[in-house]
Amino acid sequence: MKRRLSRPFLTLPVLFGLIVLALLVFCVIFADLLYPGNPWRMVARPNLPPLSPGFPAGTDMLGRDLAAGLVHGSRATLVVAFSVVAFAVGLGSAIGLAAGYLGAAIDEGLMRFTEFFQTIPGFLLTIMIVAIFSPTRWTVILAIALMAWPPIVRVVRAEVLSLRRLDWVRAARVSGLSHIRIALLHVLPNVLPQIVVQSSLLLASAIMIESGISFLGLGSRDAVSWGFLLGSGRTAFSVNWWLSTLPGLAIFLTVLAFNLVGDGLERWLDPKRSRRAGP
Amino acid sequence: MTRVARSQRHQIQGIAAAYGRAFGLRLAKAGLTLFAVIVLSFLLVRLAPGDPALILAGDQGGSDPAFVDELRHHLGLDGPLLFQLWRYLQNIASFDFGISYRDQRPVLDIVLEKVPATLLLTGSAFVFSIVLGVTLGALSARRPGSAVDVVITTISVAFFAMPMFWVGLVFIIVFAVKLGWLPSYGMETTAVSARGGWAALGDRLSHMVLPVLTLGFFYMSVHARVSRTALLQISAMDFIRTARAKGLSPWRIWRDHLLRNALLPTITVASLQAGQLIGGSILVETVFAWPGIGRLAFNALSGRDYNVLLAVFILSSLGVIIANLIADAAYRLIDPRLEREGKT
Repeated sequence: MKRRLSRPFLTLPVLFGLIVLALLVFCVIFADLLYPGNPWRMVARPNLPPLSPGFPAGTDMLGRDLAAGLVHGSRATLVVAFSVVAFAVGLGSAIGLAAGYLGAAIDEGLMRFTEFFQTIPGFLLTIMIVAIFSPTRWTVILAIALMAWPPIVRVVRAEVLSLRRLDWVRAARVSGLSHIRIALLHVLPNVLPQIVVQSSLLLASAIMIESGISFLGLGSRDAVSWGFLLGSGRTAFSVNWWLSTLPGLAIFLTVLAFNLVGDGLERWLDPKRSRRAGP
Repeated sequence: MTRVARSQRHQIQGIAAAYGRAFGLRLAKAGLTLFAVIVLSFLLVRLAPGDPALILAGDQGGSDPAFVDELRHHLGLDGPLLFQLWRYLQNIASFDFGISYRDQRPVLDIVLEKVPATLLLTGSAFVFSIVLGVTLGALSARRPGSAVDVVITTISVAFFAMPMFWVGLVFIIVFAVKLGWLPSYGMETTAVSARGGWAALGDRLSHMVLPVLTLGFFYMSVHARVSRTALLQISAMDFIRTARAKGLSPWRIWRDHLLRNALLPTITVASLQAGQLIGGSILVETVFAWPGIGRLAFNALSGRDYNVLLAVFILSSLGVIIANLIADAAYRLIDPRLEREGKT
């Protein structure tokens, strides 16, 4: 425990990630104060380049403010990403717990099932589901979540397998606790740090996939996400390069931030690495 | 025949039998996966809201009621569900993926003529990403914490976070629009490729540069990180110290002990990437108007040409399954321990 504390969590990359995430949270919370009203009304001359007075990100071919779109787009993008992770973590932990704790044939079956979803071309299946069912926000979320949970299963199962053999789990069983109770109240909390790490990495990939779907123009039209901005700016990108470049930059920085924080957490929590770093 | 030779022969036969069993098991698993993919495709169209015959007919054929009825009968959609599934499996087993209602041609022909373009794109990107990724990973693992390591790690972390389609667009803006160095779309310039020879080859290569780099940089970053971690872990192990103490040259240690072991996680990651490459090629082919199955899938989606879409899904899954079998064989070739321990 002492060694773990001696390893700093706030390294430079993690700090950078946290600053970006703080900015993002600010945009999500204060979007309506920063840019009240519909971000998609015409407010200025069309095709203003970035850094024009009053329009830091420029305007598009209809004179709409790109900065307003980006700030409001952060909401649309993050709502999808967090919902995906909530579903994936729920499903993944349940399957991982069951596989690791129950073992034997159930483990075998569940892992084959998980493997299947890791083998098939996931992005293709996701966009097929979105297109065949109507592209609402919920379809998009569920379709991405359907392909996102396998990493959670692997982490939770591995962790449960190593915990299961420990004495205190046996002691709990001997003292008459039910399997469900042991799994949920004793094993799951010990797996939680790993789940947090994976969630952070999963958020990054969910943002990536959602952007891909919206970029192709297949996503939901309920709210304008960064990927949609990027895709719709693409048609005129040789003239208005900023229309597709800046939303892409927003996606890049956000994904980078979640990855850096996730990597930092993993390094901080991983006892194997800290042992190596010790004397 | 001497006793030694006989016992050797028995041993070889034993190993061959173990290989055969393991391979048979792998093959059975692969078959099961493919079966599940086909059932999933079947269910996808069945579960979709609305009449599956109407869905399969798409926007083109849906307006003609006689045509939809005929289709319903042909697909067995008037029978019970299990019977329908049986018919569907039968059709696919005989490579009958139906016809495209947009092009009025057999789906299989349409898909197969797009496969070479995608294999060219994904294959080149795959080789590029592994070669450059492992090289960079090895360079940065030589002295962890050095300037070289920091630069390489930063590059790979950055490329890992960049959306592929965005990288592609930025490449087009910079290298095609502003600088005018490289073509921004398609696979060839018709006038040049018609002449053949070196000019056509150069033309093809110049069209390949941007899409291959766009797809390859992302996977390169993954391989750089994986191989760096693996090399660092293995170089701290005792057998490397032993090899050094034995007086082996650094090059031999590197080739026979380090690289061989560090390649194992790379192969695992590469086999997981096979499925992702399909997704990547959908985005990259759309950005660069590359005439492969990714763009075909996208057009089929927008045109609601579901027969084409399902065929692309099933056939690309088949491709991924075959790629995984190859990766598995490569893994066993590099690490024979797996066979002796009887792991599958």
